[in-house]
Amino acid sequence: MKTKQNQQPACETTGGIKTKNHLLEKFDMDEIMNCMHCGFCLPSCPTYRQTGLEAYSPRGRIALMKGIAKEQLALDEEFEKNMYACLGCRSCETACPAGVPYGSLLETAREVIEENKKAKQKSSWIRRLIFKQLFSHPRRMDALGMALWAVQATGLQTLANKWGLIHVLPREMAEMQAAVDQVASPAKRRKRKKVMPAEGEKALTVGLFTGCMMDVMFYETNQATAQLLTKVGCEVVFIENQTCCGALHAHAGEKQDAIELAKRNIAAFEEINVDFIVNNAGGCGAALKEYHHWFLDEPEWLERAKKFVSKTRDVNELLFELPPLSFSKTIHARVTYQDSCHLAHGQGIRNQPRKLIQSIPGVEYIEMQSADSCCGSAGIYNITNFDLSMQILDDKMKQVKDTKAQMIVTSNPGCLLQMKKGIIRAGLQDQMEALHLMDLLQRAL
Amino acid sequence: MIPSDVKQQLIGIVGEKWYLDSSNDLYSYSFDATPIYQSMPDAVIIPETVEQVAAILKLANEHKIPIVTRGSGTNLAGGTIPIKGGIVLKMTRFNQIYEIDQQNLTATMGPGVITADLHHAVESVGLFYPPDPGSMRISTVGGNMALCAGGMRGLKYGVTKDYIMGLQYVLPSGEILRSGGKAVKDVAGYDMTRLMVGSEGTLGVITEMTVKLLPLPETKRTLIAFYKNLVDAARTVEKVITSKIIPATIEFLDQGTMKVVDDFAKLGLPTDMKSMLLIEQDGPEELVLRDIEKIAEIAQQEGAAQIEMAKTMEEGAKLLSARRAALSALSRLRPTTILEDATVPRSKLAEMVTEIERIAEKYQVQICTFGHAGDGNLHPTCMTDERNQEEIQRVEQAFDEIFHTAIRLGGTITGEHGVGLAKMNYLPLKVGDGGLELMKRIKEAFDPHHIMNPGKMFPSQGRRRLVVKSS
Ligand SMILES: Cc1cc2nc3c(=O)[nH]c(=O)nc-3n(C[C@H](O)[C@H](O)[C@H](O)COP(=O)(O)OP(=O)(O)OC[C@H]3O[C@@H](n4cnc5c(N)ncnc54)[C@H](O)[C@@H]3O)c2cc1C
Ligand code: SF4
Ligand code: SF4
Repeated sequence: MKTKQNQQPACETTGGIKTKNHLLEKFDMDEIMNCMHCGFCLPSCPTYRQTGLEAYSPRGRIALMKGIAKEQLALDEEFEKNMYACLGCRSCETACPAGVPYGSLLETAREVIEENKKAKQKSSWIRRLIFKQLFSHPRRMDALGMALWAVQATGLQTLANKWGLIHVLPREMAEMQAAVDQVASPAKRRKRKKVMPAEGEKALTVGLFTGCMMDVMFYETNQATAQLLTKVGCEVVFIENQTCCGALHAHAGEKQDAIELAKRNIAAFEEINVDFIVNNAGGCGAALKEYHHWFLDEPEWLERAKKFVSKTRDVNELLFELPPLSFSKTIHARVTYQDSCHLAHGQGIRNQPRKLIQSIPGVEYIEMQSADSCCGSAGIYNITNFDLSMQILDDKMKQVKDTKAQMIVTSNPGCLLQMKKGIIRAGLQDQMEALHLMDLLQRAL
Repeated sequence: MIPSDVKQQLIGIVGEKWYLDSSNDLYSYSFDATPIYQSMPDAVIIPETVEQVAAILKLANEHKIPIVTRGSGTNLAGGTIPIKGGIVLKMTRFNQIYEIDQQNLTATMGPGVITADLHHAVESVGLFYPPDPGSMRISTVGGNMALCAGGMRGLKYGVTKDYIMGLQYVLPSGEILRSGGKAVKDVAGYDMTRLMVGSEGTLGVITEMTVKLLPLPETKRTLIAFYKNLVDAARTVEKVITSKIIPATIEFLDQGTMKVVDDFAKLGLPTDMKSMLLIEQDGPEELVLRDIEKIAEIAQQEGAAQIEMAKTMEEGAKLLSARRAALSALSRLRPTTILEDATVPRSKLAEMVTEIERIAEKYQVQICTFGHAGDGNLHPTCMTDERNQEEIQRVEQAFDEIFHTAIRLGGTITGEHGVGLAKMNYLPLKVGDGGLELMKRIKEAFDPHHIMNPGKMFPSQGRRRLVVKSS
């Protein structure tokens, strides 16, 4: 549904700021109007629960978009602040009986904000650094990995901690730094085999979507994922020219960059004929599965994107459908699960990871209250909206603590980092560890 | 506009953080769940204590600034639209349950408590607060009280007014008053508690409420019956009641509603059927089973094509919560969803359902009907597009005829959603000129300067219009 009616005349001034009609036309008025203001989504929204304010709720945000689209409100900094105070967790989509596609409305709103700023040359250097320089170039991501590894390998981190240097870093970065795992050495990463053969008879060929952040910070998790897949008859191929999925770009309003990355991924995975394209990061997976929505104006790419999407699976889906893993070890631990928002609300995958955890011998599974409520990580939200993110995390940690679990398992790198950080903030380092589901499964092999 | 010295005084009362007047904040309180209406307030204030409320009201009264009290803004009558600007007084910080008194079977709380939170709190000690509007997961008890909200359990347990025992409220003059209390019997003077219930924020601001609780029923069972037409379902309802069975809930859904609800909740309903009834009985196990069997029998006799029993209480709860999503789910079909709340005596249900079908056909508008069939409270819902003027006119005509039909059948223009803006011009139809005059005099006694939710409830001059667009 892309009809645009009832737009006010072009180039009117509202509140002193000139806006261009073509930008506002990007809003899907029909979907905005499908929100009937019932408020059913409010209790599920973490930022509304924290603030109690309408402008921090899905219903309020959609209304603000409507105000902008109808030029009743100015496309100004306040609107920008409100749109970026949203986690993009899409919990409101699950709650909405009217089926309002909030996630894509939000992407459009942010795209409009960024395009408008670009037209006025106001985009910040930090954003340019993150989105243009880092995430768009796998090699630079590598370099970041190398730097992180160097800091850790040389013990600089401990030194920095000891000397209190960590306090010189911005608070946001410092807390994050403390949560980062041991990063794999660059040499180790370069040595990775391009194909891992299936154990026993080969049933499927799958391409592993390694992801940018995932492959740098959680290289071992990618390896574990591949190993698990080989155990159930998959030949796992690492396709070289793949790149970042583009989710972070799309969520941050950098749609054109997101589309470029999508094209590169689609082309890369066309080179080798695989049955499935498998990822282990809920955030990436939701974007990969939505590639076809990004090419509505490019018919040729649309077809290619649809093919890509039809092959894309989260690893939980695939492992759940294939013959069960056979474990040789027992893990005696109480384990709970924190949903990845984009896995649960974005892809509807809730049951499979839970069943996989429960299939491990010895594990005592305990469901956490509001497990599918966002942990506050949300891409780079924990850097851009640090305070609100930490409030949400601290509330989450109360529920984590109530489970008395020894392990908190997630299925997305962002959530994993946030949970690690949460454990430190709650002072639970001695009682609990956070880990990716694939790492847990591998431990029991 | 609020003069800047008054603004400073208001900030002095609540603190900077709780006085909002940025463009985005004002815009996000310019609407509620009612379609089409929108109007900007001048400020949004979020007080925390009754003293703050009193000070704000006193100041607003002196300067004749409108006060629009707001809970969660889920009402469907335009009750929280600041049609004359002024202050939106948001009561959500009054969200504490102060006491659950297990001896007197009462609960005392702030008006900002979320209805479902009250349910959880009292049910955890084996008690029961029956009023359960479809919006209960987000509506506030204050909003429920000010609109006398009903719900799905209304048939057996009544509506909000049957549970409000005592109130604390603030008048525009700044006086803080109390009425009622924990005593079950109380005939000291006029029943001010009952008067405040359903007053739609036009008399004063409620700051504390004491409600009656019941013991939590031992168990419940849910049954669904599907029909090949509408009338058989309506007749089943009439028959059940004449057989002297009062189920906790009888909900009615027509085919259009069944389809969208099924789409959202994935229940696997047979959507080729024309209508369904969702019936729940609660109480001691034995009685519940006996009633449900009897009801199934009646449904069979009245021509139900298919009857199913929910296997567990969870399954029943899932069906009921899917029904609660009906209105929002319908809004998926077209850009604008206008829901009405015409209510008739139970015995006229079949006739009303048939009339609604005929009227929709006559004006060529798309109407789906669902609602609390057990108490004759139907929600004919029109899917339309506010951008199409010509169609909106036909919608207005259709609803005009529906209201007149409801009155002719001995019913009312609104069963539970209130008058607000949406139905104020139909109020004389129900209460007559004399009734209206008396109501106006009552209003005058409470609020001589007309600052409390002005522009609501009492008809404005001019023709009856369902859709009033303001800027
Ligand atoms: C999907 C959906 C389903 C619904 N189902 C039902 C249903 O089954 N039954 C039903 O009856 N209603 C239903 N409603 C309507 C609505 O939810 C109820 O009327 C509810 O009681 C409103 O509560 P609120 O907190 O949102 O109040 P608001 O909408 O914020 O306010 C409602 C009115 O109460 C006044 N008010 C609020 N707080 C106070 C206070 N402290 N003191 C004085 N006045 C106050 C306001 O001024 C306003 O006039 C439904 C609405 C939706 C969107
Ligand atoms: S987004 Fe959906 S649930 Fe939220 S207010 Fe709009 S229609 Fe209701
Ligand atoms: S995406 Fe999450 S934070 Fe944003 S409005 Fe929806 S529920 Fe709230």
